Amino acid sequence: MNATYLRYELLRTLRNRRFFIFTLAFPLVFFYLIAGTNRHQELGGIPFATYYLAGMASFGTMMAMISAGGRIASERQAGWNRQLRLTPLTPRQYFRAKVATGYLMAVITLVLLFAAGLTLGVHLEAGRVAHMALLVAVGLVPFAALGIFVGHMFTPDSIGPVLGGGVSILAFLGGAWGPVGGAHGFMHDVSQATPTYWLVQAGHELVGEDAWTSTGWLVVAAWTAVLAVLAARAYQRDTKRV
Amino acid sequence: MTITESAVASAGISLRGLTKSFGPVRAVDGVDLVVAPGETVALLGPNGAGKSTTIDLLLGLGKPDAGDVRVFGMTPDQAVQRGAIGAMLQTGELIRDLTVRELLTMMASLYPNPAAVDDVVDVTGLHDIVGRRTNKLSGGQTQRVRAAIALISNPDLLVLDEPTVAMDVEGRHLFWNSVRRIAASGKTIVFATHYLEEADTYADRIVLMARGRIVADGPATEIKATVGLRTIRATLPGVDVEALTSLDGVKSADRRGEAVVLHCTDSDAAIRALLTAYPAACDIEISGAGLEQAFLLLTGDRTSEDLS
Repeated sequence: MNATYLRYELLRTLRNRRFFIFTLAFPLVFFYLIAGTNRHQELGGIPFATYYLAGMASFGTMMAMISAGGRIASERQAGWNRQLRLTPLTPRQYFRAKVATGYLMAVITLVLLFAAGLTLGVHLEAGRVAHMALLVAVGLVPFAALGIFVGHMFTPDSIGPVLGGGVSILAFLGGAWGPVGGAHGFMHDVSQATPTYWLVQAGHELVGEDAWTSTGWLVVAAWTAVLAVLAARAYQRDTKRV
Repeated sequence: MTITESAVASAGISLRGLTKSFGPVRAVDGVDLVVAPGETVALLGPNGAGKSTTIDLLLGLGKPDAGDVRVFGMTPDQAVQRGAIGAMLQTGELIRDLTVRELLTMMASLYPNPAAVDDVVDVTGLHDIVGRRTNKLSGGQTQRVRAAIALISNPDLLVLDEPTVAMDVEGRHLFWNSVRRIAASGKTIVFATHYLEEADTYADRIVLMARGRIVADGPATEIKATVGLRTIRATLPGVDVEALTSLDGVKSADRRGEAVVLHCTDSDAAIRALLTAYPAACDIEISGAGLEQAFLLLTGDRTSEDLS
């Protein structure tokens, strides 16, 4: 790994205020708006704020990961990818730096959300937090590939609707906004086949649901494999002037 | 190693039978070119001549439909891996949110034997702006930073695709001064331009391209004489075109009804000779052939001779 290259990739991501603030502020604002106004309610014996924190952690980290797509699309429009092609930077190094940037944004999102949770009196258990963070990190892998793939397929102008629409559908199907399709049946199966579903389950480790099963590993691995191939292909094809 | 192989290996650049089409358009149509190490060569041609596509193929950014590219005996990809090529592409901006120095340091870290950032800053004259963020630079400053990026690998070959297009006169001057310093250090330089003057002033050798082909290739002075053609048009009925062609300073002549058109290498000599030999010539117009017209003449396109 090229540490200098990675350091400046991370640095310029943190310095891009528009992306940075927007990506981080969105889940925070939602958390305060919804959890803050319902802070004294409970859901199945669990404080609502805790429950909502788990949900927002999934959604926020997903957005943080996918935001790489927008940055990549802008770089492509600037012709930067063609410039990088004239360097010995390998696709692997390029992807690693992009994935690392996504995870950095995800970690900052989580830390901010936990801090926000504490201000609303959410009780956090270190063991559970660690367990959840680990599973969320696993659940985010396919989204890293998705962000890179989409970033190489669309322009900065069109990527907003694509990401907004695509993420909403995945979030809805995966039950990020409430369970889909009950406990059985076709819609339940569809829901379980989405990477969002498992990211939501990973988030719910925070409230001790233990809903992550071997199916989770399978679904995440399958999505990762497919999206990684698509992302690698899109990157390799992408040498044209945009 | 056979003789041809060693000739290719010792050449800076060797393009053989290079062809590339985009749909029905043949952007590059059988280009053969050998550039010796240390040469500064201008690729001169109008827009759409195939300069940028040739450069893309040279850099490995595109794959030719047919033909072969070698850079110091290597494929473009191998040459890029070793940092042997530095390029300033025609279009392109800098990534935001880093200072000039940070960006150069970042790019340098990608190469096996990079140049020192300070040396590159020296040669491109970036002292005043090394601490500035890349998104706060003027057009000319951005171009110089892009040139610095092209140099950061300490390349043996520097490729510049219409580098001064977005620059004002002052910016151009500064830029070409940098290029001169770089050329003096022994690097091979290939630059594309559609300004005859730039090619003439800064290149040892000019390669003229039109419609995907090389239509002339030689020392800058020679090419300038060819492209610097002027045209004399006059009304002169009943005179043999062959006789006109033999006049001083005339390269070729055509008849258009009552009028004749003389393509001249030396229009001053030609007009004197014409009026001495044929005092009846009237309605005389002398015009400079622009680059595009000159290219069309060189490619032998008859329709182009309707210019005057």
